[in-house]
Amino acid sequence: MTLFIEQCLNGLQFGLLLFLLAAGLTLVFGIMDLVNLAHGSLYMIGAYFAATFVAWTGNFIFGVVLALGATLLVGMVVEVVVMRRLYGRDHLDHVLGTFGLILFFDELVRLVWGPEGLTLPLPSWLNTSMQILPGVDYSAYKLSIIVVTLAVAIFLYVLVMRTRIGMLIRAGASNREMVGALGVNIKLLYTLVFGLGAALAGLAGLMQAPILTVQIGMGENILILAFVITVIGGIGSIRGALVAAIFVGFIDTLGRAFFPDLLRMVLSKEAAATAAPALSSMLIYLLMAVVLVVKPEGLFSASGK
Amino acid sequence: MNGWFSVRNAAIVALLLALVLLPVYVEMGGSRFLLTLFTRILILAMAAVSLNLILGYGGMMSFGHAAYLGIGGYAVGMLAHEGIFSGFIQWPVALLASALFALVIGALSLRTRGVYFIMITLAFAQMAYYVVAGLARYGGDDGLTIYKRSQFVAPLDLSNKIQFYYICLALLFASIYLVWRIVNSRFGMAIQGARSNDTRMRAIGFPTYRYKLVCFIIAGTMCGLAGALLANHTDFVSPAMMYWTRSGDLIIMVVLGGMGSAFGPLVGAVALLVLEEVLSGITEYWQIILGPLLLLVVLFARGGIDGLLGKVRHRVSHG
Repeated sequence: MTLFIEQCLNGLQFGLLLFLLAAGLTLVFGIMDLVNLAHGSLYMIGAYFAATFVAWTGNFIFGVVLALGATLLVGMVVEVVVMRRLYGRDHLDHVLGTFGLILFFDELVRLVWGPEGLTLPLPSWLNTSMQILPGVDYSAYKLSIIVVTLAVAIFLYVLVMRTRIGMLIRAGASNREMVGALGVNIKLLYTLVFGLGAALAGLAGLMQAPILTVQIGMGENILILAFVITVIGGIGSIRGALVAAIFVGFIDTLGRAFFPDLLRMVLSKEAAATAAPALSSMLIYLLMAVVLVVKPEGLFSASGK
Repeated sequence: MNGWFSVRNAAIVALLLALVLLPVYVEMGGSRFLLTLFTRILILAMAAVSLNLILGYGGMMSFGHAAYLGIGGYAVGMLAHEGIFSGFIQWPVALLASALFALVIGALSLRTRGVYFIMITLAFAQMAYYVVAGLARYGGDDGLTIYKRSQFVAPLDLSNKIQFYYICLALLFASIYLVWRIVNSRFGMAIQGARSNDTRMRAIGFPTYRYKLVCFIIAGTMCGLAGALLANHTDFVSPAMMYWTRSGDLIIMVVLGGMGSAFGPLVGAVALLVLEEVLSGITEYWQIILGPLLLLVVLFARGGIDGLLGKVRHRVSHG
């Protein structure tokens, strides 16, 4: 039972982390109609910045804040230099152009930080475990990830639904020419939105960094999961991204933890042992397939595109 | 296609001649490495040709095409691992497995359009990658060495490098011819019609979903054959051959060469792989040059090499 609660919390934590990535992806797609494969690179860069800045400043919080700002800046520069030229182009152009960016960023990171990964050590006040229920301990750091991501989700909701900037963002999503004609600096708005998406990806990367190692290509695998989430949730819908991310987080984590045992009840021991790793990694894709059959536009399709 | 004497056609004829004569040059004292490199180029060109059928002509932006390379390759690898070396069993199994995978993935993915299609094909290909990486019996992450190439009847010997090169070349030409025939048939016209305006095609009575699905399966099967060749070429299969960046490479080949042109994917494959070879000779960090170069091609040379050589082709638009 303790293990089950712990795995549930792990699933929630992973799901919320995926939400940060998927939210940025879906925001950029919903508003700029841009498919950004390089989103995973920003996740990686956030993690590398954090590892570097924390080591420089010697202070975890200070380093993390610096890393967030730096990722935001990188995102805005990428928008101004590259992405701006891709708006309004074919989706295939987006895929290819941002694929080129991935190659560039991966190699740049290898050039600057070297091919070996970095580690981001946790400060002692986070590297403990807390008693959340009588007899159930859980990592304080993972708990703090849950708290931070939930706060970010609420912040995003308020930003998009309750502020003037959010109103402009939503207006820009439905008709960019009209918003521009009404005197809004739509270019600056786009740069800000892209920067925000980059910062979200960077935040996800730097929070994951202490759990896994910081390495080249770390953004690529998780990017695919973010894609699955946007497909399940409906592209352009932040609410859909949140629901789908938590779903995927749970299924992936619980599937890896308990699916082999379930399989052992049905199959022989050897058959289960060979099939389990392959099958449990298929689970979320099966979920995606089911959603596609039932609702091809995703659970919370925003625009029906 | 009026006016056969153009720079573009001359360049393509020159390239084809060079490909046919390459083994002769190697026999006359050229580098053996050239033969290995170009065998690889031919095989990947074949994969790109199959992708061009759905991407260039059909407008289906599949980002999971490398999955068939892996499936075709693993069909050969797994059977060899189980002691079945006959190509008459291995290759049909490779084709059948790829066709089946394409059927399932296509049936699901073609329910959607545009960006969804890109992401879904990518996700399913990645699923195949993880499944293969989880097969401990067949090497898992580390891959599987193939100790004996596919066996055919007496004069055919895949271990003979020159013979294998010509087999790949012949199959590549056959696939280019097949795609050309498909594209110019009634079926192909319907596929291209569906690319331009799916709703209108349905309105005049074409079940475009079925047409596209069949096209998707043909392309997948063709790429599965390329996968079987690749496994024989490297004597090794690993999940890396179906990693999503490989799918990206295939798209680059198609776009670089010129989408929706018969020889475009071949030109693109030669250009990309030779460029990679040259750049990696200059610096260890060659991708830092290739990435921005790719971006420049996307931004400024949309028609690809084929477009640069020939007259300005009309842009292929997607829904």
